[in-house]
Amino acid sequence: MKILVPVKRVVDPNIKARVKADGTGVETANLKMAINPFCEIAVEQAVRMKEEGGVDEIVVVSIGVTQCTETIRTALAMGADRGILVETTLEMQPLAVAKILKLIAEKEKPDLVIVGKQAIDDDCNQTGQMLSALLGWPQATFVSKIAVAGDHADITREVDGGLEKLTVKLPAVMTTDLRLNEPRYVTLPNIMKSKKKPLENVKADTLGIDIAPRLTTLNVKEPPQRGAGVKLADVAELVNKLKNEAKVI
Amino acid sequence: MAILVIAEHDNKHLKPGAANAVAAATKLGSDIHVLVAGSQCADAAAAAAKIAGVTKVLVADAPQLAAPLAENMSAQVLAIAENYTHILAAATGGGKNFMPRVAALLDVAQVSDISGIESADTFVRPIYAGNILSTVQSKDRIKVITVRMTAFDPAGEAASAAPVESIAAVADSGLTQFQGNELTKSTRPELIAARVIVSGGRGMGSGENFKILEALADKLGAAVGASRAAVDSGFVPNDYQVGQTGKIVAPELYIAVGISGAIQHLAGMKDSKVIVAINKDAEAPIFQIANYWIVDDLFKVVPELTAAL
Repeated sequence: MKILVPVKRVVDPNIKARVKADGTGVETANLKMAINPFCEIAVEQAVRMKEEGGVDEIVVVSIGVTQCTETIRTALAMGADRGILVETTLEMQPLAVAKILKLIAEKEKPDLVIVGKQAIDDDCNQTGQMLSALLGWPQATFVSKIAVAGDHADITREVDGGLEKLTVKLPAVMTTDLRLNEPRYVTLPNIMKSKKKPLENVKADTLGIDIAPRLTTLNVKEPPQRGAGVKLADVAELVNKLKNEAKVI
Repeated sequence: MAILVIAEHDNKHLKPGAANAVAAATKLGSDIHVLVAGSQCADAAAAAAKIAGVTKVLVADAPQLAAPLAENMSAQVLAIAENYTHILAAATGGGKNFMPRVAALLDVAQVSDISGIESADTFVRPIYAGNILSTVQSKDRIKVITVRMTAFDPAGEAASAAPVESIAAVADSGLTQFQGNELTKSTRPELIAARVIVSGGRGMGSGENFKILEALADKLGAAVGASRAAVDSGFVPNDYQVGQTGKIVAPELYIAVGISGAIQHLAGMKDSKVIVAINKDAEAPIFQIANYWIVDDLFKVVPELTAAL
């Protein structure tokens, strides 16, 4: 089988993002960038499935500026086989991303698309679901276990009160949750090897689809800060504060 | 034109979130319909009809809707979507699952997890783990929106119930089959609706040690939560997780135990009214947002606190 994994380049999750001085957007210049953690879990899942046998090829695709090739190279170093960069300088919103991925999926004909459930920059949590809907393929979001069996997959997904089990026909779109796996560290020899793997460049504006942003950001700001708290010496003081000052117990 | 709110339920009871989404809808207009799609879900529909502000409940009742599969739910919403200017659901596991499909099939954007409404087309939503608030405007003909529950107090109970009307149920998509679920059994309140939450982090050391938090939670009538580090370490199930990629909570009282305070965790709880932190590391970032904190060994402080209440 063939697996398609979209990957997003985001600000490193360990860095606290800041608002631009003029309040028009988020300051990302000169910040360390990384593969979105949930996309990394998606790549890891595909690579593990290949290692277990039954997967012939893993194709990764990233959409955005030229530097997204670095994100693709990370995925290739983890064990993916081939990369596609859909290059654009437009702000990419989930609907546009899903439309581009639909075109790629129709061309590549994967049996499975594994998508990160959420990007840690815009926190949208939409792309996988939108892609599934546009393709008319089954959807399994927030998965923590995938077992492919012939023309279908048995999956376990995280829901609010616990777990849910579904059987989905293939091809299908799945989105990764935290406990699906723990991504491997990329080794230097594999980074070197990844540079020899094929990477195709497609210009987004040659695809003939509407990928203009639908939402306009009017302004961004930092949320109000909480007031300073107090350090307490012991439990007696804490109980007193909670009862008599905060009045919450 | 009216506004549509999709209610989550277990066919008998509404789940937390529907009344919050209705509260958000009341800021957008006054004609608010609620869709209850399920199987033998008359009780859930009757409960929806009693939410203040609701003008009509639409019920699609059929065996294929017994479990809220994303494919069927989105098709059911789509069948009536064109009658509405706005379609809202709470940003719960359920809402996040099917709402983006509705948006994609309508060829409109989804505005995820809104925490504020500026006007009929302008919304505030947290990004970057809640470290930044973004105000966005949508010019799409139908606004598909998920609502951050903690940002909108649930609508109250109506004096008289709204009318309940049946609509045709969509056919099963046949793409996905529901095989069952394993829900965490607990007598404690649900995390997303709890008034008090006691959460543990990596400092708890093991799943076994969560027992001391459970004892404290039971004394307070609280729910038990956890940081991602505690979930990653296998101490507790993922549905305990509070944070950017887990549950967003804002209880009256949040007690963070052995939690250092990574931004991903703060994203899920920093709007709590009162935050208490217990950690032996005097430099823990959680103290920066806590109202009260104690620097000491949690294995000493937590049992003392339980005994003192």
